[in-house]
Amino acid sequence: MSDTPLPVSGKRLAGLVRNIAGHRVAAAVAALVILPWVAPYEALAVNILIFGLYAVGFNLIFGYTGMLSFGHAAFLGVGAYGCGVAISVFGINWLLAIAIGVVLAGLTAMAVGALAIRSRGIYFAMVTLALAQCVYYILYQWSDLTGGEDGLRGVSVQAVNLGGIELDMLNPLTKYYVMLAFVGIALSIFSRILESPFGAVLKAVRENENRARACGYDTMVTKWLAFVLSGMFCGLAGALYAIHLSIVPIETAHYLTSGEAVMMALLGGMGTFFGPFVGAGMFLLLQDILSAEVEYWQFFTGAIFVLFVLFFPRGIWGSILHWLGK
Amino acid sequence: MNPFDIPAQLWAFQIFTGLAQGSLLVLLAVGLSLIFGMLTVVNFAHGAFYMVGAYVGVFVFMQTGSFWLGLMAVPVLVGTIGLVVERFLIRPLYGRGIDYPLLLTFGLSFVFIDLAKMLFGKVGLPFDAPEILQGAVDIGIGYFPAYRLFLIVAMVVMVGVLWLFLEKTSYGLIIRAGARDNEIVRVLGIDISRVWLVVFGLGTASAGIAGYLSAPMESVIPEMGIPVLVQAFVVTVVGGMGSLVGAVVAGLLVGVVMAVTSLIAPQLTDASMFAVMALVLLVRPQGLFGRKGLME
Repeated sequence: MSDTPLPVSGKRLAGLVRNIAGHRVAAAVAALVILPWVAPYEALAVNILIFGLYAVGFNLIFGYTGMLSFGHAAFLGVGAYGCGVAISVFGINWLLAIAIGVVLAGLTAMAVGALAIRSRGIYFAMVTLALAQCVYYILYQWSDLTGGEDGLRGVSVQAVNLGGIELDMLNPLTKYYVMLAFVGIALSIFSRILESPFGAVLKAVRENENRARACGYDTMVTKWLAFVLSGMFCGLAGALYAIHLSIVPIETAHYLTSGEAVMMALLGGMGTFFGPFVGAGMFLLLQDILSAEVEYWQFFTGAIFVLFVLFFPRGIWGSILHWLGK
Repeated sequence: MNPFDIPAQLWAFQIFTGLAQGSLLVLLAVGLSLIFGMLTVVNFAHGAFYMVGAYVGVFVFMQTGSFWLGLMAVPVLVGTIGLVVERFLIRPLYGRGIDYPLLLTFGLSFVFIDLAKMLFGKVGLPFDAPEILQGAVDIGIGYFPAYRLFLIVAMVVMVGVLWLFLEKTSYGLIIRAGARDNEIVRVLGIDISRVWLVVFGLGTASAGIAGYLSAPMESVIPEMGIPVLVQAFVVTVVGGMGSLVGAVVAGLLVGVVMAVTSLIAPQLTDASMFAVMALVLLVRPQGLFGRKGLME
C-alpha cells in the first residue's frame, strides 16, 4: 500500500508492514478513499467497492472458515431485492431499506445454512449452489414484487440526508463516498469479528475441525453463525448495489454471481483482509478492459482463473503478503 | 389445476414424460457421481461437457447426416477432451486440497462456453431427432413421443453397460477397489493415476452423451449446460455421491417430480426439485444411497 521511493531496508519495510497490518481497517479504507482517483471512471470504482465487500463477506466463510460456498449470490440478491423492493414498492427510507436488505439476507443465510451445514466437505459447495439457485427461482417467479425476468426497476435514491447534510447521489463521487462510509463500518465490524475469540474458533475450524470440536467448541453452531454473518455482509453489498444501479438485474442472484465471489476471493487472496478488494478490482478491471477489446472476454477471465488455481493459489494480495512475510 | 380433476391417463402420461427427462438426468449424474466417487473431484465443468457433447454431436451430424454416427462420435471425442483435462489440468492438483479441482473446473467451464461461441456462434444450432424416432408410439395409455421413449431405452442400455463394466470386468474391479481405498490398490502395483484418467474420461463422455441426446428437445446454445449443472448436483445430492444406484433412482425421481409438478403448478416446476433435495438433506444428509463418511 505504500509507494515510498526511498530505499528502505528489509527491517524497516517489515516494520512498516506490521504497522499497516495493525491498522488494517484504516489502511483498507485509506486505499479505498484513493480508489476513485486511480480507477478509469467512477462507476467502476463503485462496482469495485461493492463487489469487494461482497467478496469480503464471502471470504469470511471461504478464506477464514475454510468452507467453499457457491451460494452467496442468493444473499447478494436478497439484500439487493430486499432493499430495492423496500424503496421502490413501499417507499421506505433508504437507510431503513438497507437495514431490511441486510436482515433479509441474514434470514436467508440462516435457512440455507441450516440445511447446508448438515452436509460436510465437498458436498457443501453443491448444496449451497443448489439452495441458492432455489432462491433465484423464487425471486424469478415472484414477478409481482421483483419484476421477474426483467429485474426490479425504479430503486431511485437521488438525494440522501446524512446527519443534516443533503448529499446528491446522482454525483458518482458523492455516491462512492456515501457507500464507502457503509463499507468502512462493515470492515471494522469484520475486523472485530476476526479478532474476537469467535474469529479464533473460525480459524481453528478451518485448520482442523475435529480438534476444534475436541477442544469443546460446538463447530456446527460456529459454522452456521459464520455463514449467517457472511451472508449479512453480502446482503449489505447487495443493498448498496441496488441503490448504485437503481435497478436489480435478476442475474444478481444467479449462481454464476456466486462464482464471481469465488473468483474475486481467490484472485485477490483467500483468507486475507484486503485481498478480496484486490481480487474484485482485478476481476472488474479485467472484465472492463477485455469486454471493450474482445467479444469473448469470459474465455480470458476463465483461463486466467484456471492459471491462478494452478500456479498462484495464494492470489495477488496473498502472494505479496507471503513474499513480505519471508 | 386441481390434482383431482386430472384424469388418470394424463397422470400416467406425465409420469412417463418425467421418466424420459429423468433419464437424461441419470446419464449426467452417473458421470458426476463416478468422477466424484473415484477422484473426489466435483466436476463443475460437467455442464460444459454436456454442452460440448451437444455441439460435437450436432457438428458430426451436419457433416455426415447421420444421427447414429453422431451418437458414436460424441463419447469418443468428449471423453478425449476429458482425458486431456484430467491429465494436464486436474492431475497437478491432487493432494492440494479438495476445493482446487472444483475451482479449476469452474473456471474451465467459462473457457468451454466461450470456445463454443467462437466456433459455432452465439445463436443456437437447429437439430431434429432422426426420422425413425419422430412421431409417437402407442404405449397403452395413449401415444407417447418416440424420441422420449428412446431416451429411456438409451439410458437403460448405457447404465446397464456401465454396470456390467464396473461389476463384471477386472478393470471395473480395480475401479471399485480404487474408490474404496486407492492406497491399497497402489500398493498392489496398479497405476491408479491411469485408472483415474479413464474414469474422468468415462464420466465426461456420459455427460457428452446426455448433452447430445437432449439436443433434439432443447436448443443447442453455448449456455445450455449452466442450468443443467444445478440439476445434476441436485440429483447427485439426492442419490448420494459416488453411488450408481443412487444416481439412477434420484435422476428418475427428480424427473418425475418435476414433470408432475409442471402438471399441477407449472410455476413451481424448478422449485420442486429443490424441495426434494431439502427433504432428503433433512432426513438423510448423505443422500438416499450415499455411504456415511465417504464425503469427509
